[in-house]
Order: sequence, then structure tokens, then C-alpha cells
Amino acid sequence: MLFKLSLKNIARSIKDYAIYFFTLILGVAIFYIFNAIESQTVMMNVSSSTYEIIDLMNSMLSGVSVFVAFVLGFLIIYANRFLMKRRNKEFGIYLTLGMSRRKISLILFFETLIVGCISLVVGLVLGTALSQVMSLFVANMFEAKMTEFEFVFSSSACIKTLIYFSIMYILVMIFNTYNVSRCKLIDLLNANKKSEKVKMKNPLVCIIVFILSACALGYAYWCVTGGVTDMQTADKILIPIALGALSTFFIFWSLSGLLLKIFMSMKNVYYKGLNSFTLRQFSSKINTTVFSMTIICLMLFFTICVLSSAISIRNSMTSNLEAMVPADIQLDKKMDLPADSKYSKGIIEDSKIQVSETLDRLGFDMDKYFKDVIEFDLYASDEFMIRDTLGSSYDEMAKQFPYLDYDMAETFIKESDYNKVAKLYGLDQVQLNGNEYVVIADFDSWINIRNEGLKQNTAITIDGTTLTPKYDECVNGFVYMTSSHINTGIFIVPDDVLKSMPRESGILIANYKADTDEEKQEIEDKIMHLDNNPYAVNTDIEASTKISLYEGSIGLGAMITFIGLYLGIIFLIASAAILALKELSESTDNKERFHMLRKIGTDEKMLNKALFRQIGIFFLFPLILAIIHSIFGIKFCAYLLETFGKDELIKSIIATAGIIVFIYGGYFLITYLCSKNIIKER
Amino acid sequence: MESILKIHNVEKYYGSRSSLTKAIDNISFEVDKGEFVAIMGASGSGKTTLLNCVSTIDRVTSGHIFVDGEDITKLKGNLLNKFRREELGFIFQDFNLLDTLTAYENIALALSIQNVSVSEISRRVDKVAKELDIKDVLKKYPYQMSGGQKQRVASARAIITNPKLVLADEPTGALDSKSAKMLLERFDYLNKELEATILMVTHDAFTASYATRVIFIKDGKIFNELHRGDDSRKEFFDKIIDVVTLLGGDLNDAL
Repeated sequence: MLFKLSLKNIARSIKDYAIYFFTLILGVAIFYIFNAIESQTVMMNVSSSTYEIIDLMNSMLSGVSVFVAFVLGFLIIYANRFLMKRRNKEFGIYLTLGMSRRKISLILFFETLIVGCISLVVGLVLGTALSQVMSLFVANMFEAKMTEFEFVFSSSACIKTLIYFSIMYILVMIFNTYNVSRCKLIDLLNANKKSEKVKMKNPLVCIIVFILSACALGYAYWCVTGGVTDMQTADKILIPIALGALSTFFIFWSLSGLLLKIFMSMKNVYYKGLNSFTLRQFSSKINTTVFSMTIICLMLFFTICVLSSAISIRNSMTSNLEAMVPADIQLDKKMDLPADSKYSKGIIEDSKIQVSETLDRLGFDMDKYFKDVIEFDLYASDEFMIRDTLGSSYDEMAKQFPYLDYDMAETFIKESDYNKVAKLYGLDQVQLNGNEYVVIADFDSWINIRNEGLKQNTAITIDGTTLTPKYDECVNGFVYMTSSHINTGIFIVPDDVLKSMPRESGILIANYKADTDEEKQEIEDKIMHLDNNPYAVNTDIEASTKISLYEGSIGLGAMITFIGLYLGIIFLIASAAILALKELSESTDNKERFHMLRKIGTDEKMLNKALFRQIGIFFLFPLILAIIHSIFGIKFCAYLLETFGKDELIKSIIATAGIIVFIYGGYFLITYLCSKNIIKER
Repeated sequence: MESILKIHNVEKYYGSRSSLTKAIDNISFEVDKGEFVAIMGASGSGKTTLLNCVSTIDRVTSGHIFVDGEDITKLKGNLLNKFRREELGFIFQDFNLLDTLTAYENIALALSIQNVSVSEISRRVDKVAKELDIKDVLKKYPYQMSGGQKQRVASARAIITNPKLVLADEPTGALDSKSAKMLLERFDYLNKELEATILMVTHDAFTASYATRVIFIKDGKIFNELHRGDDSRKEFFDKIIDVVTLLGGDLNDAL
């Protein structure tokens, strides 16, 4: 009997709350899809270094899933609270009929059970179907070859989804039971009768609050952009975040009153058609929903930043790689290690010989496998710290960036050596005229610091020779092949001044003597297997190869993209669903109002327009502020991630906008159509 | 006198063939311009159904309703809405004011959906507020007003468009006797001074006694009709009570 009642309740409300079911199903499906990536990647034909990244990605995805589960759990309980509120009268009637609270709890228990089962089953089926598409995407991201299409069902992801969502539904059941046991009959029956109090805010207070919060927001924006250099420690970011969140709240609070005042004073607009009605609808609700608007705005802001940064990192990583890794291999090792260092005797011995000689001792035939070989040394001495080369600008810099280490030895390279490297790398060569030096760097913030020193024409003295800078700024360049711009600065000096400076490291750069990818991979494997040679214990030689750097950055890019997409989409869905449910749950009030408007003879077209505007404003308001936040948020992200490059930001912002328009816009449309259906004449 | 409303052989059935309910069973009457007509009957007699048919909220099963010569049973869609907002004024038992709007905005809404200019709106709202004595509540919200004030605001909204016909459904139903009396005196004023044609449904003899004519309905049919003529309100009230007694049934309970 109770079960039957539950079934009927669901059947009756399924039309009104289609969006809730839809969100649950989507939540389940997305949760499954991202957890099923693990089983898909197992099937892929990729190299072992890519596997390591994939392993890392999978463990990160499952960690993020816990967080996602919290977000979804919050969403479900929040949404459930809305739906319960709407049914207060129904519960009141049950109670007056003499039904015990326990039985009402039981009805709700059955309802949650049925809804949960349906959403899990449908969600998992949808998830399994969509994850087949996802597997193509995954393979594409890791640039793995898909030999044949294979249907993958991940039972572990399925079980995980079942467990996580069961816990969420159980929490909802507990929450419902608690709510039912606590409520008073009189409140339940009168729930709908309470007339809404519309408090008009004092416009002067509104203006003051608005100006104050706009200023606070401006300051928070400045902190993360103009004043970003002051942001030395991670905890300093908390201030602009807290300020931003608070001022977002107060801006919504004050703006609702303010906008109404402004529009009311524009009498020609206000008393035109249903404008007065629409505006009042909006302001009466914003009074009670400022808080959730704030949450939604911040969630959207988070979504936009995460999505665009994640996509841009991957894009710029792959596009930068060609310029950053121009040669096939670079081998380097420490040179001239002091006898009393912590290294073993063998390594100290080995540090006295050239890289090519070490290779020889490892039994590697350079002539057979390498071409375009360059070999040179980098020099460093404790006499030349970074602080020494900044000249008089050091004090100012140390004040501005106290977190940087100014006591690191500077690195030097001979002019002739660098020009060989530059030729191979396709970089600009450097010509020094007598006692000059040039600094090459590609790390933006370090370039800025060094330029200060160079502008002041800071001279350095090596071995009695005084050198002055040739240019008043750094030259773009690097020696080490990496997947990001991390060259903080290397000094190019005339060859003969480095005679007495100790060698810091020996470097060998070469291309493989091979034409096809397969042959290159063979040589690569041979080098990797040098570890097995007995001499290997005597050397700490390190190799950066084009192949491994590509794989690493592709993997890293893919990982960031997946995590970004996962979090971004979940947050987007959560915020859109909250808005949609809020709007729909108020449609019963709206139904009465629209019915009344219809009675006094308002055209359907006018009504639909009013409804569209009302919902549109509600969806747009948080989005606009979120976009404004994001302009500065993305700038800050770009600053944090500058080593990854930022060339692809526009593309990723367009991609992000596409995702938002699709999901957020979709929710808006569904909400509008559902509301239109609800206010329709019976 | 020119007839503003003409109800011709109207029938309204509910239910299916097997269990048919005749809510209105072949009713015909006319309302002249400037008349104040009350329709009385017990609950279930069909009086509200009749009003709903006139107001085009409900549709007749057969018969015709003419307002100012136009057959409104033939109207559809937006023409219906146009008819409602231009020719009719509504007053409901539960006021039906929008709780999010102030009294002024509630009244203005009836004009703004007709695209009346702002200055014209302001002029007409001021005028009607003076006539209904609600000038000092114009800035208030419905929840800040008494029931009587709310109903007068609703009345102001109903007549501000200068409708051909004002329809009132139990306007005093939710009011205490003092507020009811005040409202009815305003109706009387609207009818006499502004020549508004009012069709009011009620089950209360006191309310009906303010009308110039009372039509009694029982079981969907016209049972009796009373003209006030030159009677005082008190005399007319006594006459109505006589008919009510004759009608019997649960109308007595309403007294």
C-alpha cells in the first residue's frame, strides 16, 4: 500500500521534476565515465612511460571522484530539500488522516529507493554507452593507436558508482526521515498560505554596500593581476578569494534592490507590458536566493577557470613542444665533483671525463647511432651568485620577490659553444664584441627580474676581466631541452674568460641516425638499456629525449584535461541544476500568478515572454558576474602556469564557452520549457 | 435601455454521458447598461459556473453569450485575451492581487498590458484611487493591507480600464461585515456615479440588497427575479429574504 503510494507520487511528479531525474542520471553517467577511463587505458597500446602517467592520472581521477561525490551529494540533498518543501501540504494531509510519521518516512524511503534505482540503472546504461565514445577521445589524447574498436565495460567503475551513489541516497533517506520527524503539522498545512513578505531595501544602503563591495572586488581583482607579484606565499591568495566571495554576495544583495529602484524610476520602461511584474518576480526571489546565487556564481567562476586553463595547458604544451625540443637527445652529467662530496668514488672519477667518453665506457657506439653531435660544458662558481649579477637592483628585487633564492650560482657558457647549440636548435646566434656578455632566458618572471639588472648595465668581473651587458634585456634562448619554459638565465661570455672557472656540467646534444619513427625508437631503447651495463653504477648521466619528453607532456596534458573536464562539467551541472530546480520549485507560486494575469486578459505571448525573461535573468545574473570574475581569474591562472605557455588561451576560452553554452544553456532551455508547461492553462 | 449583456439559452454540462450534471440548464437573461445585477443561489446552484462562462474562463456547452452585440462564445486564443482585458473587469473572492507588486503596480498592470502611456496610467490610477478611497495604500503591498483594502484595490484594477462589464465573484466572501459594507457602498457609487455595469455573484442577501436587480438560480435554472425599483435598501433586503426563505435549502444557512 505504501509502496503503491510512493510509485504514484513519483509518476505524478516525474513531469514537474524531470530535471531532477535528468541531473541524477547525468551525474551517475559522468561519474561512471571518468572512473571507467582506467579500464579503457589498460587496453591501449602505449609505451611504458605513458603508462606511468596514465597510472598517475587514474589515481588522481579516483581521488577527484571523492571530491566530486561530495559535490554531487550536496547537490542531491539540496535539491531534495526543495522537492520536500513543495510537498509539505501533502505530508500535512497524510498526518491529519492519521498516518504515522514512521509511515510517511517509509513512503519517502520507497520513493528515494525507486528514484535511486531508476537513476542508477539508466545512468549506468547511458554512461556505458557514452564511455565508448570517450574511449576514442582517450586514445586520441594519448595519441595511442586504436587498432580495433572494443566494447569496454568497467565493472570496477560500475561498482564504485553504485557504492558512492548508494551512500548519497542513504544520506538523503536519513535527511528525509529527520525532516519528517521534526516538522509540525500546523506548519505543514499552512506552508502554502504564508504570504511572501517583500522587503524593500533602503536604496541608500544598497548604493553604499554596492560601492563598498565593488571596491573590495576591484581590490581582489588587482591582487591577482596587477599586484600579483606581491603574492609570495600560497596563503596570500586566500585574501582575494575571501574578499571576492564576500563581495559577490553583497553585490547580489545590493544590486537586486538597486536595479529595481533604477528600473522603477524609468517609468516608461517599468509600466510597459509585464515589465513591472517580471522585475518584481525577480527582486522578490533574489531577496531569498542571494546566497545560492553567490554559490552558483562562484561555482561557475571555478568551472570557467578550470576548464579554460586545463584546455589551454594541453594545447600550448603540445604546440610549444616542437620549438622546445629541437634535437633527438640531450645527455648531461655533473662535472668535476669535489672529492669530498657524498657521491661514490666511481661517480667522482666519471665526473672528470667528457660525456662522450662515458658513453664509450658504457659500450655505446656514438658514430653508429648519433649525428649532429655537439659536446660542451657549462660553468658555475660560488663567486657568482644571482645576487651579484643583479647589481644595484638586487635590493629592490629581494624586497619584491623575497621567496626567490638569490644564493644560487649563476651558470656560464662559452660564446662559441652556445652558438653551436643555437645553430642546432634554430635559435638566434650571439656575437659578442670584446668584453661583453649576454643573458639567455625564457622564464618570463625571471626575464623581468634580470632585465632590471641589465638595464643598469651591471658589470661582472671574471678572472680580472670586466664584462658589461651587450643588451639591456635578456635574449630568448635555452640550452636544456624541457617541455616547459624554465630557463631562468644562462650567461654567454667570451670563450677565454672561463679558463679558470670550474665546470658544472657536461652536455652532449645529438640527433639519431634514423629516418623512421621505428628506427628512432630502436636507438632510444638501446640508450635506455645502457643502464644494464656494469659501468652504469659509476655514472649519473641523465638523458632527455624527444620521444620521452613528447610522451610525458602528452600524458601530463591529457591528465590535466581529463581532471579539468571532470571537475568543470560536474560543477557546471551542479550549479545549473540548482538554479533550474529552484526556478521550477517556485513554479507553483508562479502558476497562480500567471493564472491571474491570464484572467485579466494578458496575451499568451506576453506571458511566455515574461517567463522567458524571468528565468533568463536568473540564469544570466550569476553567469555575468562569474564571467567578470573569470577574466581576472584566467589571467591569474595564466600567470601561475606561464611556464606552460599561453599562446592557446583564446582557443581554450572558446572551447570553454562552447561547453558552458551547451550545458548551462541546455539547462536554461529545459527549465523554460518545463516552467511553460507548468503555467499552461489546465 | 441598451442591453450590454445578453445570455441566450446557455447550457453547461459536466461529466460523461452516463453521469451528466447540468450545472446551467437553459438560462436566458439580459443586463442593461448601467445595471447592477446580483445573482443569488446556494452553493452548487450553478451561479459561479455562469459567471465563469460570461468571463470566458469557462466555455458553454450550448447557447450564446453576447457582450455589446458580440458573441463571445465564438472567440478564441488571443482574441479572448483581448476581450478580457478590454471589455471586462474582474473582482474575485480571494482578491487575486499579485503579492509581489504594490497596490499601485497591481492597478497599473491592467493598463500596462494594454500599452497605455505612463502619464495616462498615473492619471487614471490617481482618479480611481480617489473614487475608491485607497489613495493612502497605493504604496503598500497586499500583505500590508486589510481584506477590505485589498478588495477595493482589486475593484480599482477591475474598473480602471473602463470595462463594459464588471464581474464580481463573491466579492464580500472574505470580508468582515464592516469592510463588506464599505465595499458595497463603493460599488453603489461606481454604479450610480460612473455608470459601471456590474454583474455580481453572491449567496449573501445583504450583499445582494445593494443591487438594482437580483436573479435567483436554483439547480441551474432561473428561479425568481426581483427588481429594486424605488424600494429602499432595507425594503429590498426584506424582499430578498422572503425569496430566500422560499428557496429553502442551504441558502438559509448563509444568513
